[in-house]
Amino acid sequence: MSDPSQQIPQLPAVLVFPLRAMPLAPLSMSLTAISRSIARRHPGLFRRLGEYCHTRYVLDPTDLPFVIVLDPGGGAPRVALTRGRGDGTARIAGSLAALLGMVHGAYDGDALFFSRDLVIEGDTSAALALRNAIDDAELDLSQEIARLCGPMQGPLRRFVALLERQSGVSLTRAAEGTAW
Amino acid sequence: MELTVGPNQFFWSADAWTSFYQDLAAAPVDRIVLGELVCSKRLPFYQDRIPDAITTLLGAGKDVALTSLALVTLKRERKLAGELVGMGVEVEVNDLTALAHLPQGAPFSVGPLVNVYNEGTISWLAGRGATRICLPPELPLASVATLARAGADLGVIVEVWGHGRLPLAISGRCYHARMHGRTKDNCQFACEDDPDGLDVLTLEGQPFLAMNGVQTLSDSHACAAYQIDALRDAGVGALRLSPQSRGFDTICGLYRQLLDGDVDADHVTDAIGRIDPNTRLSDGFLTGARGVDWSGKAAHP
Amino acid sequence: MVMEIVCPAGTPASLRAAVTAGAHTVYCGFADETNARNFPGLNFDRAEMREGIAFAHDHGAKVLIAINTFPRAGDEALWHRAVADAESCGADAVILADLGLLDHAARHHSGLRRHLSVQAAAANADAVNFYADTFGVKRVVLPRVLSVQEIAAINAETDVETEVFVYGGLCVMAEGRCSLSSYATGLSPNMNGVCSPASHVEYHDDKGVLDARLGGYTIHRVQKGEPAPYPTLCKGCFSAGDKTGHLFEDPVSLNAEQLIPQLQKAGVTALKIEGRQRSRSYVAQVVRNFRAAVDALEAGLPMPEGMLARLSEGQAMTTGAYKKTWR
Repeated sequence: MSDPSQQIPQLPAVLVFPLRAMPLAPLSMSLTAISRSIARRHPGLFRRLGEYCHTRYVLDPTDLPFVIVLDPGGGAPRVALTRGRGDGTARIAGSLAALLGMVHGAYDGDALFFSRDLVIEGDTSAALALRNAIDDAELDLSQEIARLCGPMQGPLRRFVALLERQSGVSLTRAAEGTAW
Repeated sequence: MELTVGPNQFFWSADAWTSFYQDLAAAPVDRIVLGELVCSKRLPFYQDRIPDAITTLLGAGKDVALTSLALVTLKRERKLAGELVGMGVEVEVNDLTALAHLPQGAPFSVGPLVNVYNEGTISWLAGRGATRICLPPELPLASVATLARAGADLGVIVEVWGHGRLPLAISGRCYHARMHGRTKDNCQFACEDDPDGLDVLTLEGQPFLAMNGVQTLSDSHACAAYQIDALRDAGVGALRLSPQSRGFDTICGLYRQLLDGDVDADHVTDAIGRIDPNTRLSDGFLTGARGVDWSGKAAHP
Repeated sequence: MVMEIVCPAGTPASLRAAVTAGAHTVYCGFADETNARNFPGLNFDRAEMREGIAFAHDHGAKVLIAINTFPRAGDEALWHRAVADAESCGADAVILADLGLLDHAARHHSGLRRHLSVQAAAANADAVNFYADTFGVKRVVLPRVLSVQEIAAINAETDVETEVFVYGGLCVMAEGRCSLSSYATGLSPNMNGVCSPASHVEYHDDKGVLDARLGGYTIHRVQKGEPAPYPTLCKGCFSAGDKTGHLFEDPVSLNAEQLIPQLQKAGVTALKIEGRQRSRSYVAQVVRNFRAAVDALEAGLPMPEGMLARLSEGQAMTTGAYKKTWR
């Protein structure tokens, strides 16, 4: 059997390097705006979170120099990027490709966990609830991003496609099951 | 409240088995369920002793029943289930296969390994002829109370697991054999070396479970000593004591005294601790957050 | 007749993925303790169930609703309502385990097809026929403790359809008759629809050495780079006597793909895939594989090579009890 960790791409250092010095506040605001838009279009996602819809999650893309702190806010989510470990009830860590691939249905969360491409700490139950809720929402982050940009969506979509090709990171929803 | 002795769950030599039931004839218990519960391969070693034991116990004025196997898969095990009906004593059904062999309306009792969780199930079983039901050990006190009330309305005696290692799981696979690198068909009766089950520890050396052939038991001995009043108030009609190789006559005596109000629960648990200081007790299924929890003090004298 | 593939769906998205990938039948449950996969973020509310069933029916697939926990004393109405709602949502059958609930469904919903859940652990022809004769059960999901020969023997003595697990998580204990989980955590498959629940799992990663605890008991430790199994009690690592290891079962999952031809010869009607807790991508992938396998069998072609290893737990596979040496 091949080693799965070799199959899940890591972001190339050349893409990551500029992010080290980048100010995080503007990006946090954009991500909050995107997550609010997702919340409006996918209310079922927060219903599925159930008792965890106010649980603070730390999502740690291990190949990026920051973590994403997600507070679902009962349907009015806030996203904050921070350097360091971040503070939350549950922590889900893995390469950006693994995390996004899971959001987009390209990878199975359990399989990533079994192969240790994904590491869960803290409240395991909360982490599972988030995983299951996101899996059902069938999100496509590049479309969600593009939706916000109006006239810019053509160029942005082309940029996302270019980034996907360069990095191997799944930024759009997989056609069901094809990634395996 | 009555005392019932459940079927021995372990594999004992035929002589040890015989003397155990001879002793029980004099024990202060009301009812004895015997026969093989766990593994049909053990039965040939003591099967011929069963009729005499039944005669002795009946002669001593005990109520006697024969258990079915807990998991019936093989053809000869199905045949065995059918033969139980003709043995002349009540059958305790511990796998519904035995029920399929009982004539419609014939009285029978139901053991703790049949899933009786609610009033609908008790009511259906009563309609089919059940006169006594020992509830599954994992039920909390609230469910026990509801079911005892339902049982009373239907004329069914409700019994509760009172003492002994808890039967937690039954499998098609023999863990004793597996541990010795053997298959079940060629087990060479590895479970015979552990007359109370083999202790299973966690990676940190914490006692947790006990292995008994195809059965998995709790490490702790369940002990309902602190719940007697609550059980009696709930209308529970009998307490089940599960056989162990050491000090079982003492245990029968202790619970009898407890039920008669002659001693208190502290006295009972202290005395249990003197039989074997390594005994850990639990009553968490009845009253705790989880089965392993214990509401009393540590069982050391 | 081509063997029926029965697929899990923990969410509406998984249901659509399974149907689109070629599932003949999908099974799912309501989002409460009436079903044996009562996990956070999973399952269907009534409206989702109605829509899911409509979607499946539009695509020629069936939907079975699992109401396979044991109703709590004093609270049976929740389970009775689930059966009634399953019927009104248009379910093709309900999957039940409890005697009382089977009796209730047979008396009050006689037109609703009844299957016997694996949680009822009917492990021989007498038990199977008992459920059929008494409650009009049309199909029995057989427990995972039986060999192929024993399954064939059951089918030779009954007219009831049989369904067997072919892929996914593997119970080594007779299903519906195991209290290991409630002993250690207070929550059980029978009462709460969960086993070794995530709420009681703790992982501790110390420089790559990963400890997994359930209810405070350390039952797994893997070194850096080794696959990390979920700490399910019966697949934990323990010691007894002078032995330490996976005393009950290794952290493997079931894959009986290559046994499909034998299972067909043994008279099995339907092949069941475990995994309502898995993602839609998993479901689609596994369904596509098994659909290809039964289609190949029907066309007289050899079984396709399995490609499912990576999706499995601990990434090791077993054919389980189907081969007798497992015991």
